[in-house]
Amino acid sequence: MSENIIELKNIKKVFDDTAVVENFNLTVKKGEFVTFLGPSGCGKTTTLRMIAGFEFPTEGEILLNGEDISRIPPNLRPINTVFQRYALFPHLNVYENVAFGLNLKKLPKPVIAEKVRRVLEVVDLEGFEKRKISTLSGGQQQRIAIARAIVNEPDILLLDEPLGALDLKMRQEMQLELKSMHERLGITFIYVTHDQEEALTMSDKVVVMSDGMIQQIGTPEEIYNEPKNAFVADFIGESNIFEGRMAASMTVEFCRTQFPCVDNVPKDTRVDVVVRPEDVLITEPGKGQLTGVVDSVVFKGMYYEITALCGENEIVIQSTRSAQTGSTIGMRIDPDGIHVMPAGVLMNVFDGTITKDGRAAFAGGEYACDLTQLYEGSHRSGECSVITPDGEEISLAGMEVTVEVPVKAVSMSDEPREYRANGNIISFIYKGSHYNYTVRTADEEDFVLDEDDLWNEGDHVSLMIPEDQIILKRKQGAV
Amino acid sequence: MMNIRFSRKQLCIPYALFLICFVVLPLAVIVYYAFTDGSGRFTLENLLSFFSNGNTIGTLCYSLVIAAVVTAVCLLVAYPVAYVLARSGLKRGPVILMLFILPMWINFTLRVTALKEILTVLEGNLSLHPFLNTVIAMTYDYLPFMILPLYTTLLQLDESLLEAASDLGAGPAAVFFRVTLPLSMPGIVSGITMTFLPAMTNYVILDMIYNSTYIMGSLIGSYFNIYDWNNGSMISLILFAVICIVTLITGRGDRNNAENRGAIL
Repeated sequence: MSENIIELKNIKKVFDDTAVVENFNLTVKKGEFVTFLGPSGCGKTTTLRMIAGFEFPTEGEILLNGEDISRIPPNLRPINTVFQRYALFPHLNVYENVAFGLNLKKLPKPVIAEKVRRVLEVVDLEGFEKRKISTLSGGQQQRIAIARAIVNEPDILLLDEPLGALDLKMRQEMQLELKSMHERLGITFIYVTHDQEEALTMSDKVVVMSDGMIQQIGTPEEIYNEPKNAFVADFIGESNIFEGRMAASMTVEFCRTQFPCVDNVPKDTRVDVVVRPEDVLITEPGKGQLTGVVDSVVFKGMYYEITALCGENEIVIQSTRSAQTGSTIGMRIDPDGIHVMPAGVLMNVFDGTITKDGRAAFAGGEYACDLTQLYEGSHRSGECSVITPDGEEISLAGMEVTVEVPVKAVSMSDEPREYRANGNIISFIYKGSHYNYTVRTADEEDFVLDEDDLWNEGDHVSLMIPEDQIILKRKQGAV
Repeated sequence: MMNIRFSRKQLCIPYALFLICFVVLPLAVIVYYAFTDGSGRFTLENLLSFFSNGNTIGTLCYSLVIAAVVTAVCLLVAYPVAYVLARSGLKRGPVILMLFILPMWINFTLRVTALKEILTVLEGNLSLHPFLNTVIAMTYDYLPFMILPLYTTLLQLDESLLEAASDLGAGPAAVFFRVTLPLSMPGIVSGITMTFLPAMTNYVILDMIYNSTYIMGSLIGSYFNIYDWNNGSMISLILFAVICIVTLITGRGDRNNAENRGAIL
């Protein structure tokens, strides 16, 4: 059972000059239950549609049992799909819907009838053959959609957020049913969802996606316990994310405290540290590694969610014991509760040019900057020219440069101003003491920046950068 | 300020008056004339004479044939047009649709006169091809009425249904015949209703292109022109019955797809 049924190699899909899926590499073993998990717009549905054949990849190949199928139309692929909103044929009854694929294969009538009867038994809808689709409830339509797909005995069953339209109770029931169906049928399932609980409950393998790229592939346990980066940690379950630094190879420093950890990362590396709320243990004040003041306590049924302030950092704790708001507590984090991962972006890097009035134009904005950095020891002589130490005057207008802006230097404002780059917030992560935002401009450049205040996803903002924080470098080969 | 409130019943009054004056009363008058003779006595003579006269029966059959041919040609021309405009994602789709609809904005007489001139240039003597000219002129006139409902239905067609069909193994032809076509039935029925019925009666077009073809409309017109209101009314009534039957038949086909109603009519 260990042979690969489908392989996606270097898949890239471009719509209107925007890459919606990039660098996608995945192998799926026969009989596996694989889930693509990610926020909306992360490219998971597009990837599924490429496997189904509704879209062809711009680059890369899809191998099914070793054969490239990336250019084959959907009707010739041994793959069936359960659509998000079921897509049952309204002009056909339940029997005709389920028999649709079998009829096209020109199977003998009694064989079709027998197969339909059996599959309706599998989805628990015996006796519904003559019913009109419009008389079925959402859950029943869902089952018919599954029956219509699996009756064809596909090599792979694709499910595109199949439970999205159902209410919570029905959804949980269907999750278990799908899982047991998967075990009974032995068909490979590829499942798309934005619901992390659904993904963790059902899958053998989870593919976490964001912004068209795979962030992590792993079993549900790996994804939860060993998130590869801050995005995965933030997306899967609750987590405290801190910015830190390695104090020694097995010691990490965050919240102004050094903690022993199990990750062997070179000293002085900047890192993101993820701590799950249930891994923070409350101790007597002074007896833990950290000391904080309880800011809020919320009863959640199974546990209390306690928020403590420790310096400028906020720490969320899940504990079965309550705490008094305003009281001082100690906190301890064991080494295996500390997950160290490479730091996110620290520096924004753009291609830019120098304008006639001596500004740096990049990412749709123009910013005043220190031009003398381009030639060591030079001083400014005009609006956009410098004099080198040798006394040579160089005009910089139109020069192509690399612009670097530290994450900490950028700030946001909701008033657009002339010269400023504008964009929308596409994502953010809370990092204990501040939020880490990604702002995408109209020409698809991303700014990463830190802010103390909470903004909303989708907010339109303009970006401010102090003059002395913009680092300019000459491009190699440029004048 | 005075607060004037109308109940729903009161709001219906103008429409009820309109319907009584322009639908119910004229129909009653037609029925009255159809079953009386010149001096106002009740008679079934008009009915009997229609069915005993080979000419009138022939005209009825011929009208049905013409209407059927015109409708079929309209459907064959309009379906691909509507399909391309609605489903191929043409950027200029709505503009092209507008071009097809545009003739409806031009005066009917002018339109037919223009067509007549074109046909004369192409054929010379128009009276040589009466049937062909009838079909051409009527198709030209009724095409927008076929395109519009088809376009509306095809536009609303859920793309995921077509994808589902192809996912289940249907090639392009099977997708069309098993999903697209059945789901566009409401539009087809609307289009047929809006083309077939006028095509049986509109003799003005034929008159204008000097056509000797005689259809039901011409027959009724000829009776009224000689002030034989009784026979004219009876023929109108018979035509009315034929139209009722046609509507019932197409209506039944439509009801089978009642869930997908959405075409304009």
